[in-house]
Amino acid sequence: MMDDLRELYQEVILDHGKDPRNFRKLENANCEATGYNPLCGDRLVVTLCVDENGMVQDAAFTGNGCAISMASASMMTEIVRGKTRAEAEDLFQRFHEMCTTDEDIDFTDDEDVERLMVLSGVRQFPVRVKCATLPWHTMEAALRGESEASTER
Amino acid sequence: MTQAKYQNDMSAYDVNRIRADFPILSQEVHGKPLTFLDNGASAQKPRQVIDAMRSVYETEYANVHRGAYQLSERATERYEGARNIVQRFLNAKSRQEIVFAKNVTEVINLVAYSYARCVLEPGDEVIITDMEHHSNIVPWQLMRDERGLVLKYVSCTDDGEFRIEDLAKLITPKTKLISLTHVSNVMGTVVPIKEVAKLAHEHGAKLMVDGAQAVMHMPVDVQDLDCDFYAFTGHKIYGPSGIGVLYGKAELLDAMPPFLGGGDMILSVTMEKSTWAALPAKFEAGTPPIAQAIGLGAALEYVSGIGLEGIVAHEIDLLNYATQQLSSIDGLTIIGTAPNKTSVISFTMDGAHPHDISTIIDQAGVCVRAGHHCAQPLMERMGVPATTRASFGMYNTREEADTLVAALGRVREIFN
Repeated sequence: MMDDLRELYQEVILDHGKDPRNFRKLENANCEATGYNPLCGDRLVVTLCVDENGMVQDAAFTGNGCAISMASASMMTEIVRGKTRAEAEDLFQRFHEMCTTDEDIDFTDDEDVERLMVLSGVRQFPVRVKCATLPWHTMEAALRGESEASTER
Repeated sequence: MTQAKYQNDMSAYDVNRIRADFPILSQEVHGKPLTFLDNGASAQKPRQVIDAMRSVYETEYANVHRGAYQLSERATERYEGARNIVQRFLNAKSRQEIVFAKNVTEVINLVAYSYARCVLEPGDEVIITDMEHHSNIVPWQLMRDERGLVLKYVSCTDDGEFRIEDLAKLITPKTKLISLTHVSNVMGTVVPIKEVAKLAHEHGAKLMVDGAQAVMHMPVDVQDLDCDFYAFTGHKIYGPSGIGVLYGKAELLDAMPPFLGGGDMILSVTMEKSTWAALPAKFEAGTPPIAQAIGLGAALEYVSGIGLEGIVAHEIDLLNYATQQLSSIDGLTIIGTAPNKTSVISFTMDGAHPHDISTIIDQAGVCVRAGHHCAQPLMERMGVPATTRASFGMYNTREEADTLVAALGRVREIFN
């Protein structure tokens, strides 16, 4: 059981949680959405700068929440940079699958998803999956031009 | 009334004997003994309550108030018997003043829709506090928007205390209803309801009390308090979920239109109009939660049998002990330090979010609540996004407080 905890709260997660990357509001953002988990109070705002070709030039986030949601948001903003809308959405699908699947799928074919595997410990804590996926839901909402995302919708 | 099994004083409070009455407490979580410290969310049930409900379904179940056959009479007797138990428990003047509903949220909505919306006038003022549970905020916002009532609130102090002089400052001749929590679900702060009732009545206002977190931690005598409405729920006082109680002074309930319409709350129905049943039936539409009401009666008898004085003394000892132990943890801040509070402790830890704290100590079998506790305005008032909350009940022990503290040590290791 303690192994599950150690897997969930790995050094990388704690590091990103304590010192999140891209923790600011983008000044020239053209996409923005607020993500909210009403069950625990995690709240974050994702801002993106998407160019005319639909490529994410820059991504950032602000907000407060648990270590898992902050770490996931931090990693998300690093990984989606340079991705197209379609690539970012595909990444989210794979990440979501990784967090929720019972099966032992090999995700190492994709460098980005492999980086995200550090969050896969959340699989043993179903209540916390929403913490990991909230920043991604929010990023997706921002890309789609919606202003809000919730873990409950 | 069952013979008291336990004596009414601290030295004779046998917590192990009490724990043996609660089947769920003997289970393990992640290989560790269950340490259940989330009684504020919902309490566990003693065998006496479980058996009472089982016996209803096994031997005395039928719909109530309807059948002309013996089984229905017996079921009705048990259901109405539960109402009598509640009346005695609250010391209400008459059983007509006891209305069964689903939970406190439904009860507050009943008062909002039937009293505030229909008896109060646009421009009348309703006063609440920023300590309230959402169930005692949202219905009043709905009435403000629908009926044009004015909604004001008293702010608690930085220590989470309620100051009656701050309430007095807000009262005007237009104040018609004050709706307050008896005990804060986040901080355990006790509000001086008797004094507030006096103040309210001096100014021609009525007082509604949310007693969800109070009735298991102190004797509540609604005549002594002189509140106009009082709400509590079964599942937090060791009874089943799905049953709540509204106490309302008869003259007020009489003057209110029904909340829900349907069967049982009518005298006669034609296609043109209906007339209403007498109290309390007027506010109990449809088939009620029969076994649940009976379960609530059994829970109240169980609590009374042990004796509230003994329970309170035990819980205050736990509160003091746990507060002292928790205060010695580095970087831990207790939210809500009113001198008069119940055995609820909300806290934050530097560098660790309540959600993470709660997940980590769950591995040690410790159950606490993390988040905003349906009190987002209070979180904002206290300047925190969320807290971790440990709430102690009649079956908790000092050893469990120790287990909590040790488990928090693990949080410190991970989030140092």
